[in-house]
Amino acid sequence: MADTIALEVTRYCPERDAEPSFQTFEAPLRKDWVVLDALNYIKDKVDGSLSFRWSCRMGICGSCGMMVNGEPKLTCATFLSNYAPGPIRVQPLQYFPVVRDLVIEMTDFLNKLKAVKPWIVRREEKPLSAGEYLQTPEQMDAYKQYSMCINCMLCYAACPVYGLEKHFKGPAVLALAQRYNKDSRDQGAGERTDLLSQEDGIWDCTFVGECTKVCPKNVDPAGAIQQYKLTATIEWFQSLLMPWGAK
Amino acid sequence: MNETPAYTEFHPRWYRPRVSTYWWLWRWPYLKFIIRELSSLSVVSFVVMALLQLSALRRGPQAYAEFQELVKHPFLIALAAVSLFFVVFHAITWFNLTPSAMPVRVKGKRLPDFLVAAPNYVVWLVLSGAVAWVVLGG
Amino acid sequence: MPKRSNEPLLWSLFSAGGVVAAFLIPVHLFLFGVAFPLGWLPDPGYQRLLALVRHPLTRIYLFVLCSLPLFHWAHRFRYTLYDGLQIKHLNELIFTFCYGGAMAGTAAAGYLLWTIR
Repeated sequence: MADTIALEVTRYCPERDAEPSFQTFEAPLRKDWVVLDALNYIKDKVDGSLSFRWSCRMGICGSCGMMVNGEPKLTCATFLSNYAPGPIRVQPLQYFPVVRDLVIEMTDFLNKLKAVKPWIVRREEKPLSAGEYLQTPEQMDAYKQYSMCINCMLCYAACPVYGLEKHFKGPAVLALAQRYNKDSRDQGAGERTDLLSQEDGIWDCTFVGECTKVCPKNVDPAGAIQQYKLTATIEWFQSLLMPWGAK
Repeated sequence: MNETPAYTEFHPRWYRPRVSTYWWLWRWPYLKFIIRELSSLSVVSFVVMALLQLSALRRGPQAYAEFQELVKHPFLIALAAVSLFFVVFHAITWFNLTPSAMPVRVKGKRLPDFLVAAPNYVVWLVLSGAVAWVVLGG
Repeated sequence: MPKRSNEPLLWSLFSAGGVVAAFLIPVHLFLFGVAFPLGWLPDPGYQRLLALVRHPLTRIYLFVLCSLPLFHWAHRFRYTLYDGLQIKHLNELIFTFCYGGAMAGTAAAGYLLWTIR
């Protein structure tokens, strides 16, 4: 096995460049090194101006998502040795604006996330003295899978519809809306349906299914969206047949 | 649509990549997706042929004999064979996606995907057999 | 309150058509498109098919078999044109073409099945 591997890394300096270009670096090819280790090696030893986001190095913070050889990956969980002999192409997550080098602009995602009320909505909070909101293991199982989302946005970089339709809410936001809709303690499903049963909500999704495949936490946003389509359709027919019994 | 928050207004030169019109050619899963969607064209070609057949049936034995000769044309047989391939592709992808779109829960636990998909194939076989049995005269 | 979209109606037609197309079209296509023209299986012929089509249940079956898959196509083809060719600005034209086509096919199927003696 060769002792180094080449990384072709996107460089983009907004003050200087009209568009991104690639710069090739050599990094040690160690069995226990991931792409993020190689990027940190480059930043520490070769070129300190290389910019990228990272934090926990253990697949939980969701900061280090990048395109590795064209696939959205958490770079902290993507081993260099899987790509030997290289070169490995490292690019910023696609379909997002690029701020600099490997850093993308995520405000759009955060605004869309906030809009679907990703928290437990209660019509009336119980007083503290009434105790906790109890939940059975079955009730928890209904939403637990969606609650594993770490907002890494790999699913956005896998979703061509998000690339083409800038208003589309996107996989993670819709899965997180389902996370709260399916929570037995939540009463906000009606408010969310008004927002989500729209063209820029669930109906833009064409079930490409790649969001589910790239998700590092097995959240299955594609499944969440299709299930939500079925729920919204049933509600639509109900409100058509029984307009008086809305929600 | 989204208001720009204050902390990003000093990044006037974001690079905004444009999605290529041929985005679906570059990656196999995307190409497979487009093939799956375009299989619906084979569905249309089937319906058009079925309507032509019904129209021939309606017009009488002479017209139907002409229709029977028409569908023996190599081009139409090839079209039917290609359509068959795409419609089967549609059926398989459709059946395999059902567990994702309609998961089945037993006692609060989600059934494994293949247990949800498998009955589709059984129903497929039974229905196909039934249609063939009726058409071929029992 | 934001207006809810009519997409649920179109989507349920798409789904129903997808189910019908997946379960039933392959066998029809195999029999009438390949097996009978190539002589692999004996063609049932005019008299038998006419007798079958005269039965009201067969008429309903054939109407569903022709109509729903067209709405399935309309939905898929519309989104493929939007996303695959990036021509969403032709939105209304594409919508009219797809659903107009599906409704025309449905009308043709209804007319033929209604008027076959």
